[in-house]
Amino acid sequence: MRRFVEAVWLVTRKDLLVEARTKEIFLTTLFFALSCVLVFAFGFVREGRAVGDAAAGILWIAIAFSGTLALGRAFERERQGETLRALLIAPIDRPALYLGKLLGILILLAAVEVVVVPLVALMFQAALFDHALLMLGLLATGTIGFAAVGTLFAAMLVRARSRDVMLPVLLYPITVPVIIAGVRGTAALLQAEVDVPMARAWLSMLVAFDVVFITIALWTFEPVMTE
Amino acid sequence: MTNRLFVPLAIVTAAMFAYAPFMILGAPYESTMGLVQKIFYFHASAGMTLFAAAAVSGIGSALFLFTRKPWADRMAVSGAELASIIGLVVLVTGPLWARKAWGVWWQWDARLTSTLVMWLIFNAYLLLRKYGGPGSDRLAAAVALFGMANVPFVYWSVNVWRTLHPKTSVIPSLQPGMRGPFWFCVLAFLLLFTLVLIVRMGLEHRRAELDELYLALED
Repeated sequence: MRRFVEAVWLVTRKDLLVEARTKEIFLTTLFFALSCVLVFAFGFVREGRAVGDAAAGILWIAIAFSGTLALGRAFERERQGETLRALLIAPIDRPALYLGKLLGILILLAAVEVVVVPLVALMFQAALFDHALLMLGLLATGTIGFAAVGTLFAAMLVRARSRDVMLPVLLYPITVPVIIAGVRGTAALLQAEVDVPMARAWLSMLVAFDVVFITIALWTFEPVMTE
Repeated sequence: MTNRLFVPLAIVTAAMFAYAPFMILGAPYESTMGLVQKIFYFHASAGMTLFAAAAVSGIGSALFLFTRKPWADRMAVSGAELASIIGLVVLVTGPLWARKAWGVWWQWDARLTSTLVMWLIFNAYLLLRKYGGPGSDRLAAAVALFGMANVPFVYWSVNVWRTLHPKTSVIPSLQPGMRGPFWFCVLAFLLLFTLVLIVRMGLEHRRAELDELYLALED
């Protein structure tokens, strides 16, 4: 167990170290997320204010789109350096490798969200911080669910052709529940009469999704990543 | 064994499809929707077959992923292709009926959305197999597995979001006159599905044999 946790941390630390030196994925993902928010603002802002539930939708679409970009780039880096093979040869359990990669991507996405969420709150007059704890829970579980599926798919697509387009094609239909739960949960907190029980229901749905999908991902990572 | 059963089964299926219109014609009219409701025999039967195809593909994928048996992969890809085609039938007949029954072509309700998502997942599976390059069979198997696990979540989440489509509980409460034709149609569809699945798996088998022969020739 100790060895397992150490291996997970080593993989994560490696990714974070590379990222800290170049900041490539963090900066490109962050600015892509901001561009998403900008583009969607043109569609959903009337007379200076966002229509209906637009803020919740825009926030989650920005997270999903930029998350896809980050996932693709994180594994593209491994492919260019031929380092994924080295990771697979390394004497560590495949699940540890998966969890390490997942943790690295989660930290990266969390860093992006720290900037994007307050910005959305500011630009769309959305009260995202009135129920800060619930909102934090929705963001955390939603991002974990999205990244859990995304890490597995991005990893297995490393060796596939046309991986750039395949990742979103595979990822979006499967993460539909995350998007719905994230958007509806956030919208429940943003509407005029805040619906806390509804947001809680969506949060518990996200927790169930995370548990099921991380379990299946851990289970399938080994057979999928074996040559 | 499949060969000996295949021809009689094909004849029975053809006869059932030929007779189905007469049974549907004889079934009573639904009180509010009238003639339009007749599409139900086609739509709901195709829907049930879609679930059968999805289950075949999902089970095949799971077996292939963990046992690496080639026949399991053939089952998975055949099931996925059929799911894609039958899904198209369901997604075309559904809006045709909805336009008359609800007044709109499409509603973002639980069943419609989850069917659409499932259909998209099986098409993503086929796209990955076609354009993913070598080794994509195993990757696609993982996609099918995730797709299967996803269906309850999609259904639940959209159900909370909004719902319009009649529940499955409609079927046991069908009028006696409708029940016979309905199950007749379901059986006809399932038989057709089984036949096409057998042919499709056979094709995949031949293809694998041909590949082996080519490889043997090159050695």
